[in-house]
Amino acid sequence: MVSGSSVMPLFVNGKRLDGRKADEMRAVSISAGVLNKADGSAFLELGKNKVLAAVYGPREVFPKHQTDPYKAVVRCIYRMAPFSTDEHGRTRPNRRSIEISKVIRETFENVIVREIYPKTAIEIYIEILEANGSTRVAGITAASVALANAGIPMTDLPIGVSVGKIDNQIAIDMMKEEDNYGQADMPMAIKPTTGEILLLQMDGKMTRAEFEKAVDMAFKAAAGVHEKQIAALKSYYENVEAEVSEDGSAGN
Amino acid sequence: MISDELRKGAVMEFAKDNRRLDGRGLNDYRKITVEKNVIGTAEGSARVKIGDTQVLVGVKIDPVEPYEDRPNEGTLTVDAEFLALAHETFEPGRPSEDSIELARIVDRGIRSSEAIDLKALVVEEGKAWGVFVDVYVLDHDGNMIDAAALAAVTALQGMKVPKLVDGKVVRENASPLLLKEVPTYCTYAKVNDKILVDPTYTEEVAADARITMSVGDDMLFAIQKAGSGAFTRAEVMDMLDKTFETRKTLLTYITK
Repeated sequence: MVSGSSVMPLFVNGKRLDGRKADEMRAVSISAGVLNKADGSAFLELGKNKVLAAVYGPREVFPKHQTDPYKAVVRCIYRMAPFSTDEHGRTRPNRRSIEISKVIRETFENVIVREIYPKTAIEIYIEILEANGSTRVAGITAASVALANAGIPMTDLPIGVSVGKIDNQIAIDMMKEEDNYGQADMPMAIKPTTGEILLLQMDGKMTRAEFEKAVDMAFKAAAGVHEKQIAALKSYYENVEAEVSEDGSAGN
Repeated sequence: MISDELRKGAVMEFAKDNRRLDGRGLNDYRKITVEKNVIGTAEGSARVKIGDTQVLVGVKIDPVEPYEDRPNEGTLTVDAEFLALAHETFEPGRPSEDSIELARIVDRGIRSSEAIDLKALVVEEGKAWGVFVDVYVLDHDGNMIDAAALAAVTALQGMKVPKLVDGKVVRENASPLLLKEVPTYCTYAKVNDKILVDPTYTEEVAADARITMSVGDDMLFAIQKAGSGAFTRAEVMDMLDKTFETRKTLLTYITK
């Protein structure tokens, strides 16, 4: 995070480096059920970000002493592939990925109805295959779809969206350069039916007014992302339906 | 531990009536004491107690190589350890996700506020001073974050930057470095839909969500929400306002 004057201008003639306006998100595309072995999965693209989310569960808890007799244990691992960033990285958990895994897990602990499957584990894997800013929120959006695809009972589908401050303007959906050279970065996760905040982190410099505007912008953008999540799930089940009716047997 | 689970019910009942087990108001901090320069071998240090929570922070400054992408800056590293002696649930061994999170929250407020002029920590080409902040939690009765942050900022204020003489580090007669900005931090817990500032351990057990905010006079530098509970937008704005309010009091401890 670089403060004050940017190393490079991020806004030129009202347009950002990729031509977007301040309140424009990058293109989002989501596909559900993309993996065969995982109980649920989703592949999401947000601009150049490529995110794969998969879910296993409910299944047995290992190590056994971590079993909760009253509810499912939710686990989440967020990782960045070694080839996902400019410089080669390691998949070993580092402090950043441990923190991100924690806050994402807590987002889903809110919506998963854990009491339905006591003594089990529900495991969420988020793999960033190509990173271009706002990976954790892209991961949340994808994981919601993966969990639904796995049939995990939830009270809602969390939506991840990032907001930030670049060249003294509040803008939605930070791309890599904006994240690196901007003045503030704020990932959020929103619960659509209640309008509550499930994830909120911020670093940088914002006035109270800028912060309020940023939160507003995030909520406005969330609706569009939510539609994509629903569309991805509908599309998956429409394909399943089509396969089943084609050959009259339970297709694979 | 079991007694904390039992008290959880009481904490939640009390919260419904805007009361707390220790008689505080929802917006009251426990007693805060701050001692500066408590470790002779450190370039900066502070011991903070908030109620029964006690945190010690030591700052060491050693020569480092600047990061490739920031060749004209010194470095800042914040680490936190939850000592096993601080609480029955802490075990020795690799850092827990909670201690990693705490270190990163403390780091964020200091880094985002640009409290330390990292450019002033360059010695020469390829050599700079690295500021190492180590948070040592000694006694855990809730809100380790605010205690750690207060101790860290206090320890950093006026830290003694050494000199490099003929390639050797000389720590004597060092000049104190004043911070450009002094971030203050407030942590809130949500218990039974009520927002409590400065939660005790039992209140943290009863809470379903927590937020820490770090601010300057009129700037927000960092926020971290934790826990599986949710916050409404109104609650977030309200906590932000309270954080700016509380800043005045917290500053008196740092700049004493």
